[in-house]
Amino acid sequence: MIDTGNYIAAKAAVMAKPDVVAAYPITPQTTVVEGIANYLEKGEFTGEYICVESEHSAMSACIGASAMGVRTFTATSSHGLLLMHEMLHWAALARLPIVMCNINRVIGPGWNIWADENDSISQRDTGWIQFYCSSNQEIFDTIIQSYKLAENEKVLLPVMINYNAFILSHTSMPVDIPDQREIDEFLPKFKPKWNLDINNPVTFGNIIGPEYYIKVRKAMQDAHKNAKKLIPEIAREWKKKFGRFHGDLLEKYRCDDAEYILLAMGAIAAESKVAVDEMQRKGLKIGLARIRTFRPFPKESILQLSENADLIVIDRNISVGSEGVLFNEVKAALYHKSDARVNGFITGLGGRDVTYKDIESMCRKTVEGKANECEWYGI
Amino acid sequence: MAIKDFPIEEYVLPGSAACPGCPATIALRIVLKALGKKTVMIVPACCTAVIESLYPHTSFNIPVMNIAFEAAAAGAAGVEAALRKLGKNDVTVLAWAGDGGTYDIGLQALSGALERETNFIYICYNNQIYSNTGIQRSGATPYAAWTTTTVGGKKEFRKEMGDIIRAHHIPYSAQTCISYPDDLYNKVKKAKEIEGPKYIEILTPCPPGWRFSMEKTVEMGRLAVETGVWALYECKNDVVTFNGKSRLILENKIKRVPIEEWMRPQGRFKHLFVPKKDVKRIKALEEHIEKIWERYRKYYI
Repeated sequence: MIDTGNYIAAKAAVMAKPDVVAAYPITPQTTVVEGIANYLEKGEFTGEYICVESEHSAMSACIGASAMGVRTFTATSSHGLLLMHEMLHWAALARLPIVMCNINRVIGPGWNIWADENDSISQRDTGWIQFYCSSNQEIFDTIIQSYKLAENEKVLLPVMINYNAFILSHTSMPVDIPDQREIDEFLPKFKPKWNLDINNPVTFGNIIGPEYYIKVRKAMQDAHKNAKKLIPEIAREWKKKFGRFHGDLLEKYRCDDAEYILLAMGAIAAESKVAVDEMQRKGLKIGLARIRTFRPFPKESILQLSENADLIVIDRNISVGSEGVLFNEVKAALYHKSDARVNGFITGLGGRDVTYKDIESMCRKTVEGKANECEWYGI
Repeated sequence: MAIKDFPIEEYVLPGSAACPGCPATIALRIVLKALGKKTVMIVPACCTAVIESLYPHTSFNIPVMNIAFEAAAAGAAGVEAALRKLGKNDVTVLAWAGDGGTYDIGLQALSGALERETNFIYICYNNQIYSNTGIQRSGATPYAAWTTTTVGGKKEFRKEMGDIIRAHHIPYSAQTCISYPDDLYNKVKKAKEIEGPKYIEILTPCPPGWRFSMEKTVEMGRLAVETGVWALYECKNDVVTFNGKSRLILENKIKRVPIEEWMRPQGRFKHLFVPKKDVKRIKALEEHIEKIWERYRKYYI
């Protein structure tokens, strides 16, 4: 199948057989919800489709449905994700395995619909598992895998699958789509650990004192730790069944003997593969570690990479008043445990194109010792 | 149905965290008697989120999902969709929200759920204030009433929620009051039997919020109806029928009791009587109420 990231996401969502989809349109996510609507019309999607009146309600409806013990899906982008913010926390604290695609798009003002990761990065602390994809195939595979992860009793957390606006969402690529039967074998029907049940009347989410609340938070953190183990396991199970593998928590690319390792996410990470090939051809010992999961954060893997290499981090986001968020977290991962140098670059904001040549020039500047600790590129 | 014939089953359990004289518990007790065991309730931020008691306990004997302030109707829509997908047609979905969560912050989600013909009952228990947060003004607070955010008395008249609901042309909507348990029970029972979105609003006079003594809850509701501040009516398929004393007021068979009778016992209107009677503001509210009834008579007789 050759199609855009969004239509591939719609296909994956439908093949995961969610019982309830609740969604609200926003550019550049629209073709995901349109795709699902078309599958509904054709009878290929047999779940309930709620065309809600806002993203806040989209997430609220997913929460209601998920609490009833059924599989749910939604998709959004940018301001839509920000409007959901309150309910993102709610879904995670309620431990509901909702799966959502977020198409990374700029936040206004001014209005801008291109790629930028500040939307999902600013949802970092909601408790959601966050994947960042670099190809349409990875979008498909990650959506299916995410249900298996989210619904695992050791996890029971919502999952956000992020991919860059237009660069993936509206770009056609060939994608291998397994048979429905194979998907069903990999992803059996959701069996909820708990749900709203008239035969077992329980009140969920009532007032909770400090003695219990802190335990709720701790349990979420433990679930993320469990996810760290399960994400690679599920990815390898997928590989065994379908022959494709996109990496564990991060994907290492030509890291053997590397003196520098580039860390990036999303579309920039895909472009970085080209840059790494180019640089290695020219004799520079630079590899790539593509961050697949930003939450849980692959702290241990990054620390391991820093044993033999200095790190270069490229962020398509900024925590204004601090620095690039991935850069910040990479440094925190190394604190007191590694003396590898870390250089950070902020670039590509507002949808600015970041080519392999740009990536190469950021790397060269670092290798030549001319880069500041954290700097802007392409201003 | 008369009170003596209400089902004996209790779904609001004793020992809740409600204030003494709380009208919300009176209302919910009757509502759940009418709906029965096969009910899933969605509760946004409101007094009921406190009344239901502290984790790991609960005051309710039905499954309950708490949700954010503005999200009751949307959460209920999700529950309803899941039930439909699961083929469970005999379960009632109840969204149970206060006036703040209905008139103000939850209005968008409610309107959306009504427009999408969500098969649920949305009940607003209206105590005319944000009482859970400590008595702040809402879109349902009457003119001239003191709240902690309208210290000299509210300057605006309340929103006509019933009109907003009826503009959605849903199969059933109604207004009732805890002081008329049979009216309340029958309306909920009726709503339960109807497919599609149903909206019921219950006036729930709040002792700490309205500043009256806790044994006067029922009396304050009756006075609200007798003065015409509140009307008992229902709207089935766009046909509006007034009930009980409200019908007699509508048809001019009885006169409305002067609004002062309802205001005077309430501490929130004290500044209109002490140290000096504020004739102007009392008259303004009286005239506003009369105007509403003129409109009712024009459209609904």
